[in-house]
Amino acid sequence: MRVIQFREALREAMSEEMRRDKNVFLMGEEVAEYNGAYKVSQGMLDEFGPERVYDTPIAELGFAGLGVGAAMNGLKPIIEFMTFNFSLVAIDQIVNSAAKMLSMSGGAYSVPIVFRGPTGNAGQLGATHSSNFENWFANTPGLKVIVPSNPYDAKGLMKAAIRDPDPVIFMESELMYSDKGEVPEGEYLLPIGVADVKRKGKDVTIISFGKMMKVVFEAADELAKEGIEAEIIDLRTVRPIDYATCLESVKKTNRCVVVEEANPIAGLSSELAYHIQRNAFDYLDAPVIRVNSMDIPLSYSPTYIEATLPNVKRTIDAVKKVMYK
Amino acid sequence: MAKKSTAPKAKVKYSEETYAFWYESMLLMRKFEEKAGQLYGQQKIRGFCHLYIGQEACAAGAITALDKDDKWITAYRDHAHPLGLGTDPGAVMAELYGKATGTTKGKGGSMHIFDKERGFMGGHGIVGAQVPMGLGIGFAEKYRGTKNLCICHMGDGAVRQGAVHEALNLAMLYKTPVIFVIENNGYAMGTSVERTSNVTELYTIGEAYDMPSFPVDGMNVEAIHEAVAEAADRARRGDGPTLLEFRTYRYKGHSMSDPQKYRTREEVEEYKQRDPIEQVKQTILDNKILTEEKLAEIDKRVKQQVDDSVKFAEESPWPDGEKAFEDVYMQEDYPFVME
Ligand SMILES: Cc1ncc(C[n+]2csc(CCOP(=O)(O)OP(=O)(O)O)c2C)c(N)n1
Ligand SMILES: [Mg+2]
Repeated sequence: MRVIQFREALREAMSEEMRRDKNVFLMGEEVAEYNGAYKVSQGMLDEFGPERVYDTPIAELGFAGLGVGAAMNGLKPIIEFMTFNFSLVAIDQIVNSAAKMLSMSGGAYSVPIVFRGPTGNAGQLGATHSSNFENWFANTPGLKVIVPSNPYDAKGLMKAAIRDPDPVIFMESELMYSDKGEVPEGEYLLPIGVADVKRKGKDVTIISFGKMMKVVFEAADELAKEGIEAEIIDLRTVRPIDYATCLESVKKTNRCVVVEEANPIAGLSSELAYHIQRNAFDYLDAPVIRVNSMDIPLSYSPTYIEATLPNVKRTIDAVKKVMYK
Repeated sequence: MAKKSTAPKAKVKYSEETYAFWYESMLLMRKFEEKAGQLYGQQKIRGFCHLYIGQEACAAGAITALDKDDKWITAYRDHAHPLGLGTDPGAVMAELYGKATGTTKGKGGSMHIFDKERGFMGGHGIVGAQVPMGLGIGFAEKYRGTKNLCICHMGDGAVRQGAVHEALNLAMLYKTPVIFVIENNGYAMGTSVERTSNVTELYTIGEAYDMPSFPVDGMNVEAIHEAVAEAADRARRGDGPTLLEFRTYRYKGHSMSDPQKYRTREEVEEYKQRDPIEQVKQTILDNKILTEEKLAEIDKRVKQQVDDSVKFAEESPWPDGEKAFEDVYMQEDYPFVME
């Protein structure tokens, strides 16, 4: 099968949907003439022109709100945040306007919009450029939140997000844009809210999503050398969460580790641990353990980063703990 | 710094010391940044690194116009202001490396230089965020009854953030002692000022709030000093804020990974013809403020300082990873969640 980059998969998804539906447009900082800060939208201005691909000033609150209003009035905006760190400037429009509009208006106004961009750390960028917001937005009723881990999932889910009638947060990573993966030529969509069992195993279930999947695969490879077979679940969507797939796996393996890049308190890992103990208590042979960033901001120096982020070693340690090894 | 001159110079406006300071501090900023650029290429410096080359007058001219207890805040293009204020170049370089001896112990990196001793209240990473903070810093000075002010630098791109407009309005409403400075270097990343608004005379945004607002030649350190001194008088008199637009230029890319397709070589060359350091050097020589020999001494001293800063950074230890838990809260025994 054809192999393309993560950024190309996203670009194909957006371009295909823009060809299909003229109400879809792309707006964000540096998306048009500069071809995207991370080259996701490369060539899109050339193909679709300035009436459909818009560069904005640095005014996140303004253009996020523009997107919400346009979505209420018949359009299907794709709003790019250069990174989700900058969505904080716009979070009022996402949480108070986009997420609540349908309910507030008694079903009168839906907001079919996609807010997309990178989330989480991307190396030594310091505290203000390294936060994870998957759990923040997943905490907000009215939103759907997608965090893919590979080009194939990214393309299918991006197409689904653009066609979805509700507001969707779509989260990527600077550290994944150059990742390559198999993506078929033809059109396909993937369902929002369905997890994917990326690897079968019988000893322990490891649940994760987004770029932490790389850490999980690496840890699982190491564990395999010691004869421990991990079943790996990629959530792909963190709102809604596919609890059923997680529970089914845990009922089989009886042990579970959740790996999440965000800080620990009120994270998705805590949410999963709750659901698993609530619905599979009798199946568990050990408490569920979460592996998150430490409970602190991410600082610049590599030694702080090493001490803060989830990594392969911490994942392996957690698996061994739930296996009492 | 050079010695005091005995005979007053007829044609020049400022003291020999001031000219010498401008030359030396701007040269230090320039050479330090050139070195930082090289070190970035060698991956000694990581992450985002935004150089100030071309914009030196915007910091140096303001420094001589202000007092030692005044406060400073700016965005992520923040190595030069503290260097001009007297922060040890070794500590700044060590910060760019991420070493334990850096200005924030390797916590902040390039975008977050701080120096409390010199009133330099940071380098900030979210475009526009420092502007309401600068307002608050000035507010606190007035509240406490001091005569100090805050000077708050921002880029031309930042001017389009809503928070900036809210801050300008509040500053006028509360007659806050703040000097808002737009360092208009023509571009926000790859976006020219003309592509961000119909209002391209950036200083005029202050006029919407009746704020005294002026454009200034940002390549000319004397012009900057003059404008900032006047704004400082206004603030200290209790007459509130001023908005200054320094028209300047960055010679290098936005950060280290910028192919710069959005501008021409000729445009960059044109600005280099008005280089702030060359200009002040010319003034110094034309008016015999300092001799060629004196300038050569300064050049040598600056080179030494930059070399020393690299040596210091190289030889400094990495921070202990566990110290990542320090300085998160003032409370010393804060109970972090550990698993
Ligand atoms: C809220 C926010 N949006 C986007 C960014 C990404 N970004 C960093 S610098 C920059 C351009 C800023 O340009 P300008 O204000 O002119 O300052 P300059 O870099 O020219 O000094 C952008 C878009 C950011 N850091 N914060
Ligand atoms: Mg600029």
